[in-house]
Amino acid sequence: MKIQEADAKSLLVAQGLPVPPWEVAHTAAEAREAAERFFAGGAPQVVIKAQVLVGGRGKAGGVKLAGFPEQAELVAQSILDLEIKGIPVRKVLVGPAADIVKEFYLSAVLDRAERKILLMGSAEGGVEIEQVAAERPDAIIAIHADPLIGLQPFQARAMAFRLGLGAHLKDAVAIATGLVRTMLAYDADLVEINPLAIVNETAIDGLVSQRLQCLDAKITLDDSALGRHPALEELRDPDEEDPADREAREAGLTFIKLDGTIGCMVNGAGLAMTTMDLVKRAGGEPANFLDIGGGARADKVAAAMRLILADPKVNAILVNIFGGITRGDEVAKGLIEARAQQERDVPMVVRIVGTNAAEAAVLLEQAKFVTAATLDDAAAQAVAASKGVPA
Amino acid sequence: MSILIDSSSRVVVHGLTGREGSFHGQAMLEYGTQVVAGMTPGKGGQTALDGRVPVFDTVADAVRETGADTSCIFVPAAGAPDAVMEAAAAGVKTIFCITEGIPALDMIPAVAMVRAAGARLIGPNCPGATSPGRAKVGIIPGSIHRNGRVGVVSRSGTLTYEAVQAMSDAGIGQSTCVGIGGDPVIGTTFLDILQLFADDAETDAIVLIGEIGGAAEETAAAWAAEHLRDVPKVAFIAGRTAPEGKRMGHAGAIISGGAGTAASKVAALEAAGFRVAGSPTELPQLLRDAGYQA
Repeated sequence: MKIQEADAKSLLVAQGLPVPPWEVAHTAAEAREAAERFFAGGAPQVVIKAQVLVGGRGKAGGVKLAGFPEQAELVAQSILDLEIKGIPVRKVLVGPAADIVKEFYLSAVLDRAERKILLMGSAEGGVEIEQVAAERPDAIIAIHADPLIGLQPFQARAMAFRLGLGAHLKDAVAIATGLVRTMLAYDADLVEINPLAIVNETAIDGLVSQRLQCLDAKITLDDSALGRHPALEELRDPDEEDPADREAREAGLTFIKLDGTIGCMVNGAGLAMTTMDLVKRAGGEPANFLDIGGGARADKVAAAMRLILADPKVNAILVNIFGGITRGDEVAKGLIEARAQQERDVPMVVRIVGTNAAEAAVLLEQAKFVTAATLDDAAAQAVAASKGVPA
Repeated sequence: MSILIDSSSRVVVHGLTGREGSFHGQAMLEYGTQVVAGMTPGKGGQTALDGRVPVFDTVADAVRETGADTSCIFVPAAGAPDAVMEAAAAGVKTIFCITEGIPALDMIPAVAMVRAAGARLIGPNCPGATSPGRAKVGIIPGSIHRNGRVGVVSRSGTLTYEAVQAMSDAGIGQSTCVGIGGDPVIGTTFLDILQLFADDAETDAIVLIGEIGGAAEETAAAWAAEHLRDVPKVAFIAGRTAPEGKRMGHAGAIISGGAGTAASKVAALEAAGFRVAGSPTELPQLLRDAGYQA
């Protein structure tokens, strides 16, 4: 699960990391009021940033500076009017603009291939790390935490020195170890600070000092671990979750809406992708990716059918179940139950093989479902039905 | 021979008294697998599967009393990493973890502990393995197999069944079929399994079933190009039509920044001498085209 920058910053602050103050505003007027408070506190400029769960905000015009309250209001409005990669901006973060001396990149990420937590840093901050990795891999410093004893202080010091942060050693070590601690505390896949920056801070007496600050934050949480962090569930942004996605999640299904006309219901992610691939190969367009998961029971199947039929473009349905831990007869019962309840009737091709397939076949035949023996055949029949050709 | 499991494997099923454990434990027993023990804390001294299998409180007890050397884990996600570590600590050598939905960070110490114990973990979130005619561990339906000499390795569960069924229907049998699991942190990779197949005297050809996301297929392909040069090799990659940036169910199945695409995997596999199928049903013909004679 992705969370907004402001929420990610709250989690960092809770773990004791240095983050400059901010407020979240939902309207231009709120943004202006927030800006007024920061100006009154001595900030010469404020930064206003779109809060959306997609990358590339800066390039899309979603991050801007303002020097006085009226300007903050105008800038906030211009950002709130934006749509970034198809997502309307509904809120902005307002904070004092930092006086940046130098920017860095620092993250803690789950390294799947190594099966370890990876602390990754670069002295080239503020730009997309994928770009740095592709163009100048030497500019990236990678240090793995031991899988049993975790990241040690000497490793955090090594990162700090290699980044050239020797003058800020204590703070850099605290931030590096804090990122890993944040990752473990919330079961995150990724905790990323980009940029981590050395900033000038001017005290009331006019003296300028330099310190490290986390200016941006991105955290991705492990969906499988949300059950043990009930408080984090509240960070899910309802503004950016499609209603169909929510229904799927609550029903324990994995559903991704696509643009086609053939609704697919499959057990298993790999087989669901393959079913989509074969629909396309047979000349059709899949309407969705839908994995009912392992061991799905009748009620889950009924929920899946409702989701598929909620898409008005769907004019044929392909059900492909290869039973292992899932029992075919449970799915057949679910399909029969769902068809009895559904309001819209579309042609459906059902293929159930594997565990309890014989029991499923009896049920499907009694209920007069159209069935297919092989996946290629099922895809062809569904495509024909979608195009209005009698199977 | 076969790899990972055979008729001499002695299996302890963690969670044998639960719904999934008893259903699939029964199927394993019927297939001919030596299911020698169950493990459910608090149910030690009881029996399961109609009195045929003794249940123990701990894996260590099961190992001591029955000589179990293979674990099959069906316990819920919250307890599964602990079950993996308990098996490794008890001296079990081959550990299959079927459980899905385990928090990824929980698997990091579990995988490290399994390695330190000199054991092997397959999964989690995997369907297990079958050595046809000898033994099956996990949830793969036994009926889809046919005894033979093709080694099958897959990241998926049900897609593996699809491929295996297509092979068996075409008269091509398998030495061992292994599902390595679709989670971010897994114990055994494509590469590990290819290395085992390379050393197996009863495996004459390889079928690799991958999917979008990550680079595990590419890594395995590079090794195969060098070490399995003269072995017939066939592959299938799921997710050719998956859109970028959408996680396709499996935690790893996501195309991001143009990396992990089906096209890059197909190209890497073809460059390594694999023939890549457009549908699982094409696998048998491609095996024959590659020179495999069943």
